[in-house]
Amino acid sequence: MTGMTFPEKVLATKAGLSRVEPGQIVTVSPDFLMSHDNTAAISKTFTAMSAKRVFDPGKLVIILDHCVPAANEKHAQNHKTIREFVRSQGVSNFFDIEHGICHQVLPENGFALPGALILGSDSHTTTHGAFGAFAAGIGRSEMASIWATGTVWLKVPPTIRIEVFGRLTPPISAKDIALHIIGQIGADGANYRAVEFCGEAVSGMSVSERMVLCNMAAEMGAKNGYVPPDETTLAGLAGRARHEFEMVISDEDADFQQLLTFDASAIKPQIACPHTVDNVRPVSEVAGTKIDQALIGTCTNGRLEDIAIAASILMGKRVAVGTRLLVLPASRAVYKEALKAGYIADLIDAGAVILNPGCGPCLGAHEGILAPGEVCISTANRNFKGRMGCNQAEVYLASPATVATSAIAGVITPPD
Amino acid sequence: MASRTWIYGDDVNTDVIFPGKYTYTVTDPAEMAEHALEDLDPDFSKNVKPGDIIAAGKNFGCGSSREQAAFALKHAGVSFIIAASFARIFFRNTINAGLPAVEHPQAARAIKQDSDVKLDLVSGELYVDGAGFRFAPFPTRIMDILSAGGLVNYVKTTLLRARNTKAR
Repeated sequence: MTGMTFPEKVLATKAGLSRVEPGQIVTVSPDFLMSHDNTAAISKTFTAMSAKRVFDPGKLVIILDHCVPAANEKHAQNHKTIREFVRSQGVSNFFDIEHGICHQVLPENGFALPGALILGSDSHTTTHGAFGAFAAGIGRSEMASIWATGTVWLKVPPTIRIEVFGRLTPPISAKDIALHIIGQIGADGANYRAVEFCGEAVSGMSVSERMVLCNMAAEMGAKNGYVPPDETTLAGLAGRARHEFEMVISDEDADFQQLLTFDASAIKPQIACPHTVDNVRPVSEVAGTKIDQALIGTCTNGRLEDIAIAASILMGKRVAVGTRLLVLPASRAVYKEALKAGYIADLIDAGAVILNPGCGPCLGAHEGILAPGEVCISTANRNFKGRMGCNQAEVYLASPATVATSAIAGVITPPD
Repeated sequence: MASRTWIYGDDVNTDVIFPGKYTYTVTDPAEMAEHALEDLDPDFSKNVKPGDIIAAGKNFGCGSSREQAAFALKHAGVSFIIAASFARIFFRNTINAGLPAVEHPQAARAIKQDSDVKLDLVSGELYVDGAGFRFAPFPTRIMDILSAGGLVNYVKTTLLRARNTKAR
């Protein structure tokens, strides 16, 4: 009998089975259920289902981030509904508007754990695979259904193993690797499948960089992204873990559906051009394209390392006249660290607008919406038409180094 | 009146099906329908009729987990979607919205705007202008959710049944 892959092991355990096969549908009880500003809508669906009490309030993690502070009355009412729901159901893991982006706040508070099954009503829930969790996105009704019943059906995915060998040398970052892979395999290259990242370049990455890979796995269509937990993971979890955990790792003789390899040392700075994430080219090919706005932040690249890179490039320089630079730390903790390190002051001196931790304009809700004909270069993960609030604007996606370098030049520019 | 087929290409994403700027503000079914496919095909919401179908290429519904993409199409009157493939979260959301979505690359390609398309979910058969295509029928638990008209009704029925059993 062959060995088992990571998703097979986790889903078998959570379903109470000794073994499962790809394609098999299992009923599982997730460890943590994450939702954000969509919690208001989920709570209404929960009530429409005639459900009364959440099956286990301790498993819910609710984080307000998508439009914080509220941009208008509707968003304000939305947040109010959520606060009332949290109180009435006794949800203790509630993080109000001051904390930051859900995919940053969840791990900072020790919910993203090796071997844990985490479902979130957000497509980028895949991010938590960077800690060795099985983490996948689901829709709102489905979340309401799990709140009511405690269980959900999941199809066991086949696994693609992506090995990135070689070394990652600045200015090449995890974002360039992720964009390069998406450009190669396409936006549906991993649809319905699990993606396991491994290899020298990945094991050498910080937790923050691994989060970039797993976050971007969603843009390959993957059900979940995963980096096998190791010493780096354990160091990242020290003093945070919410409960005991077990490191779950694929067997070497497991049946992987596909094995892909990439050479980190051969990858140049990458950029996803409008309007799809798989429209990827080397930055040099679109160098000189004028930009109106540059954005550093989001659940993909708003962590301390990202802000440090941006600050090191922008220190003592100025954002180009006619270009706006927005910087959003991913969380309050990141913001505080960035302040202490002096990065925020350097960015302000360079002309950046510092926004409060949250999703900001990434999904087009507020704080930096584009006008028709404008071009934005962003460290986010999506550039679909209309994404930043205007369907006649263009969004390019790149690494923090490329975005910071471009902000100084006022045109798309590869980093040095 | 004959149903109409709306034909789209590859990688139709959830942002063009239901823009992110509406996700926390537009919740009324009729209003959601008005914004369906707004950033891809503004004619869709103006002209779509109950019973119309959508045929598309690969990776339909890629992007966000927002289930309003599936619900907006359902509220607009779409009776089912045939695509070469669906993005996984969107596919789950169609089941939860009670909107049948069938993956069939050959059938999706065969469908023309004026095609007569018939779908039999139970037998796993699809007819495009008389030509038959087969697909694996959905597992029972997924069929149960679809037959209930979506996940809300399905869970509601399940919970009420459990309460009644307990009461007895």
